[in-house]
Amino acid sequence: MYLNLNRNLADPDGFYEYLVNSQRHMNNEEANRMNARLVLILCNQVGDMDTLKAAIDMASDPKKAM
Amino acid sequence: MFQTYQYPEFDYQQSEEQSAGQVARHPVVVIGAGPIGLTAALDFAQRGIPTVVLDDNNTVSIGSRAVCYAKRPLEIWDRLGCADRMIEKGVEWQIGKVFFKDDLAYTFDLLPEDGHKVPAFINLQQYYLEEYMIDACKTSNLIDLRWKHKLINLTQEGDVVTLTVETPDGVFQMEADWVLACDGANSDTRKMVGAGFSGQFFQDRFLIADIIMKANFPTERWFWFDPPFHRGQSALLHKQCDDVWRLDFQLGWESDPEEEKKPEKIIPRVKAMLGDDVEFELEWASVYQFACRRIDKFRYGRVLFAGDAAHQVSPFGARGANTGVQDIDNLAWKLKLVMDGDAPESLIDSYHEERAFAADDNLLNSTRSTDFITPKNEASRRFRDAVLDLAEVTEFAKPLVNSGRLSAPTPYQDSSLNTADESSFGCKVAPGTCCTDAPVEVKGKDGWFLNQIGEGFTLLVFGDEDASDISVGNVSARVLRVGDDIEDASGTLAERYDGQPGTVYLIRPDQHVAARWRYFNDNKVEAALKTAIGGA
Repeated sequence: MYLNLNRNLADPDGFYEYLVNSQRHMNNEEANRMNARLVLILCNQVGDMDTLKAAIDMASDPKKAM
Repeated sequence: MFQTYQYPEFDYQQSEEQSAGQVARHPVVVIGAGPIGLTAALDFAQRGIPTVVLDDNNTVSIGSRAVCYAKRPLEIWDRLGCADRMIEKGVEWQIGKVFFKDDLAYTFDLLPEDGHKVPAFINLQQYYLEEYMIDACKTSNLIDLRWKHKLINLTQEGDVVTLTVETPDGVFQMEADWVLACDGANSDTRKMVGAGFSGQFFQDRFLIADIIMKANFPTERWFWFDPPFHRGQSALLHKQCDDVWRLDFQLGWESDPEEEKKPEKIIPRVKAMLGDDVEFELEWASVYQFACRRIDKFRYGRVLFAGDAAHQVSPFGARGANTGVQDIDNLAWKLKLVMDGDAPESLIDSYHEERAFAADDNLLNSTRSTDFITPKNEASRRFRDAVLDLAEVTEFAKPLVNSGRLSAPTPYQDSSLNTADESSFGCKVAPGTCCTDAPVEVKGKDGWFLNQIGEGFTLLVFGDEDASDISVGNVSARVLRVGDDIEDASGTLAERYDGQPGTVYLIRPDQHVAARWRYFNDNKVEAALKTAIGGA
């Protein structure tokens, strides 16, 4: 498949901390809006439709997609 | 209301057949004298088919329903000789702006390409459009417009359709070889043949208000998502002629349509939108909800469907009337060939094949726009708002903004009437695509390419390649040679058709490409012509 499901983050803890910290001051709605923007930005970065479809399917039902 | 327009009233006349009490047989009867039925009458008449049009009313569209007319329908009306008045009266526009909350999120420019006879888009009240077409119909002795004629029953046996029609003088019967139903989204004809009409129904309501104001807003399409004057909903402002402006307010599903139609409810909404100091008068208002639906088959025996009777879309993108006119463009020449016995009756089935394909394309575009404008849940709304937030500051999000994808013709890329390319071409006019216009010279005078084609089949030939007219039975394709019959001084035609010397296009009477080659071969043209008329 096109999706890279192997380890690809050089600093997993650092990444996770940055993500969570970015929303620490937000309420749920603000965080949800930010997540929506983040999804769109990352989708554009990926660009390839087959990869995006695979990621969307994976996210909507992780067990079924495997 | 209606201060800018005087509604004409057309006289009811009892037909000879009703007064004589004798059932007459007609080649074709069109149900409905709206934009689509009138286009059908004009196209049928131009192709020599005597046409009776029945309409249960006796005037034009009450209120301006359709507003935007796209390039392709204007080209079709130009072929039918009635586009000049529409273009002269209509308002041309090309800039669209999309606002989100307080800010401008996105601007688009239709950037019409130079070298086309008709504009990319005009806005014109539907009643003017209908009035101009009715005037054109009156100049044809092949068109019989019958007002106050309501179809109340329809039966088919063999190749005869029997219509029961009610007029102020009572009920009578008429017969037709073919019936074309252009009686709108709530088509009674569709119910009479028991056709299916299914799709998606949207739980939302919109208020249309046409107002008269002499304000200096630019001639642009302005669309707002969640504006300060209409929180949580969308709104639209678009100019029509006579200082009439179309306003559109999304109301939500919970709103009361009867309440929202009242002037005392509308006027504060308009003031909030335009400012307290703008003077305006309310011309017409209506509350609508919409569906995206299509008839299962465009043909039921000898009864055919076109326009909203065959497909209903949301208004975003101006895909209703514009698509319906293209239905007629597709049907008229086929019906003529079949009526004359020059093509097999199965050619009519390609009307369903090609126009159902186009309808599905329109429904897809229209549904996508509606999903953007009316999000189905909170998560969709967040994505929509995220797109609008990002469109203000990034390029990538701009094409995701969808306030309506404007009507463009759907190429019949997989049509059974096409002959596939055997060589490669560096242009967009592939088989199944409608021809692109270009400036040409005809007998030393400036003219337009599309005006040179459209009666019958055309063989467009570039260069000195030997080529001759080709016939299949009574159907001929006539050679139109660039450099002889028409001159391409600017080279635009050659550029748009990748017209290297030797290039040959076989063009249908509806100005769509059927086949193309890099050389002339009479056997190949004959085979392609045969294919294009349904394999006679």
